[in-house]
Amino acid sequence: MFAYYLDLAWHSLRRNPILTALMVLAIGLGIGASMTMITVLHVLTDDPLPGRSSQLFTPHLDPLPLNYKQGGDSPDAADNVTWPDAMALLKAHRAERQAAMAGGTLLVRPARADLRPFNVDGRYATADFFAMFGMPFEHGQSWSAADDAARAHVVVLSDTLYRKLFGNGSGIGQDVRLGEHDFRVIGVTADWQPKPMFYADPGAQHYSDVDQFFLPLSAAVDLKLSTNGNQSGWGKNDDSTSLTGATMTWLQFWVQLNSPAQAQAYRQFLVDYSAQQKAQGRFERPSTDAKLYSLMGWLKHENLVPNDVRLQLWLALGFLFVCMVNIVALLLAKFLRRSSEISVRRALGARRRDIFLQLGIESALIGVAGGVLGLVIAQIGLWSVRHRPDDYAQLAQMDMPMLLGTLALAIIASVVAGLLPAWRACRVQPALQLKTS
Amino acid sequence: MQIQPIFAALRKHRLATLLLALEIALACAVLCNACFLIISRVQHTHVDSGVDESALAAVKLTGYDPASSVDLNARVLSRLAKIPGVQSVNVINAVPFGDHAGTAGISTDAAGKHFAGVVDFYVGNPGSFKALGLQLVAGSMPQASDAQPLDSFVPKNATVWVTRALAEHLWPDTDPLGREFWTDQFHFRVGGVLAHLARPWGGEGGPSTIDWSVYVPAQAGRQLAGTYLLRVNPAESPRVLRDARAAIATIAPDAVVDSKNSQTLGTLREKYFRQDRLMAGILLGVICALLLVTALGIVGLASFWVQQRRRQIGVRRALGATRSDIVAYFQTENFLIVSGGIVLGMLLAFAINLLLMQHYELPRLPLYYLPIGALSLYAIGQLAVLGPALRAAAVPPVEATRSV
Repeated sequence: MFAYYLDLAWHSLRRNPILTALMVLAIGLGIGASMTMITVLHVLTDDPLPGRSSQLFTPHLDPLPLNYKQGGDSPDAADNVTWPDAMALLKAHRAERQAAMAGGTLLVRPARADLRPFNVDGRYATADFFAMFGMPFEHGQSWSAADDAARAHVVVLSDTLYRKLFGNGSGIGQDVRLGEHDFRVIGVTADWQPKPMFYADPGAQHYSDVDQFFLPLSAAVDLKLSTNGNQSGWGKNDDSTSLTGATMTWLQFWVQLNSPAQAQAYRQFLVDYSAQQKAQGRFERPSTDAKLYSLMGWLKHENLVPNDVRLQLWLALGFLFVCMVNIVALLLAKFLRRSSEISVRRALGARRRDIFLQLGIESALIGVAGGVLGLVIAQIGLWSVRHRPDDYAQLAQMDMPMLLGTLALAIIASVVAGLLPAWRACRVQPALQLKTS
Repeated sequence: MQIQPIFAALRKHRLATLLLALEIALACAVLCNACFLIISRVQHTHVDSGVDESALAAVKLTGYDPASSVDLNARVLSRLAKIPGVQSVNVINAVPFGDHAGTAGISTDAAGKHFAGVVDFYVGNPGSFKALGLQLVAGSMPQASDAQPLDSFVPKNATVWVTRALAEHLWPDTDPLGREFWTDQFHFRVGGVLAHLARPWGGEGGPSTIDWSVYVPAQAGRQLAGTYLLRVNPAESPRVLRDARAAIATIAPDAVVDSKNSQTLGTLREKYFRQDRLMAGILLGVICALLLVTALGIVGLASFWVQQRRRQIGVRRALGATRSDIVAYFQTENFLIVSGGIVLGMLLAFAINLLLMQHYELPRLPLYYLPIGALSLYAIGQLAVLGPALRAAAVPPVEATRSV
């Protein structure tokens, strides 16, 4: 029966090739535009560390004074953590693993004579950073908690920077000059680029920044290395801008908690810690303001999707809707015009649901053709997105689920568009139609 | 032309008519709002920076030892001035469309009680005012004595030049000359008003604050070094920038040229507005696609109706209707449907505008967009229906005698 309906649909579509082409074009344009933007949104909100992200959390305290004035568009000062709080959370050691971190850009002065000095982005972190995020090492290893305590001048390089600096030779144990100081290379990581870079400062370029070096946070603070990201202070005295002061937030903090029970316990620990700080007079806000965000929850809170992308998504969906209304009108006209043919079939014994199925298959066939066209248009759309100046541009690629999703969306859209016309068409009165024609 | 029979015919196709009207309503709503968005974006890209962009270029150095910055300034200023095509070299902290350097909140009282917004301070050595090509509208030009040594990012107590937009924001309807404002412990007195001076990296509070800049003359030194403003012959700017890089490699081998910020101001501006131009382009594409689809819908539906009514058209022709009567029938029919769609579309346009206003800092949709949107949809509707209407007019009267 299915093959017969397919055959009927094919014949019907071929009878009005121009109209069929218009419908396929409309659905193809609508689907292509929508899928381009849905794909962009999909890569922007993707899980940066599949498999590990459910165990990663970021604690947030609110050390801001009650009268702290938040600038209109400036980032929330409570998004980051102060140095004393970060050190207290590290020392408490209540999570499986925990690390404090901050971004920094340093000038590399290569020993090789053929390379000019250049700037690289990297991260100042504490020892658990590598194990907690599951960073793969190619050579050597990370530093230890003892190195943190000793403010050791050691550095872990990314594979790209390591190759650039040492070529094919071995660089483990050698010194690299970063800024005005020498650091001993103790490890090399594979190029590891979670997208978005969830652990970066809220002001960072989450989709294009890549960390090329990692060195102990204690050493960075000790040497007063320059840091990237937002530093929000509210102190009145001169040490209000000191990195280790209690009145400036600038660090990011992440913990690994393996079970919901652990997460619950940690959340309680944060509230208790805040209450204790409040009792000491350091915190002014309610201790229940302390929050523990899951990784995906944090990304949602940070709202990394640019406003323009949202606007474009809405435009694309609106466009798809207009295309669908268009197809509903065209299918309605087309199906009702075939009232006499439908009446003959009904008179010969076809049930309403047979007619409905037949017309549904005809709509679906348009959907398949529109979906294929939509895929082509979406690829062109994504190609143009990749040429945009935005930091997420390079990520705009369609994966297999998105590819199948496009076809599915096209078929669903066209079948939905066909529902109303098909329902109207199968309600025609056979006797009346046969008589009048 | 009687409208009654058209209504009677449309009533037979209520659903299809309604759908077409709905489609036109959506198209009208999106068209008005998208045009409004495009125009506001395009206006944004035409902002007047207040400086002679075509004749200016910036060179930014990093990585040098801060202790040697006075020496670096001296070497760079004297060496770059020797490059052919360079008219002047000055030290400045930031340039329009480059990275921002002196952004701070200001207040109109010394105690900091009356917060007046976040502004950008341009700090430059005495020659930079003339080099930028700033246009003075009130007050006097900065004198050499106005330039003070710097201990921080701005002098402790300085005469400054503010833009007209900032002056109007701080002291509406009063003469800004001699007025004072503060940021933290720094005190400023207005010495003059500038026509325009755009902030380096746009305004934090939306497009209206893009001109909230303050020009502060100061002496180059440890706190003012590393960024240089070159006034060049516009035709030679690419070569001058190349020469400048080569010269810096020899006179300051330690320093690293920040390529992103070492560009002509024209290039910086182009990069700065790329996102806006892109969005305007996308919106334009959406409008075209939307109108195309709407036109296709009208063509499709009208063609069907023409085919369906061949016999009736034949009867009318046989009873004496002329070809132009038939064309007029279909055009009137389209006019009625589009009219219905536009009424609904205008309401929808305002609803979408309200939504956009909530999320995108957009002003209210000006009323004159509505008749323009309506006219364009009428035009598209009439053009789209013309083909099917002409085909209908070609139906011979003999069609009346044929049965299906």
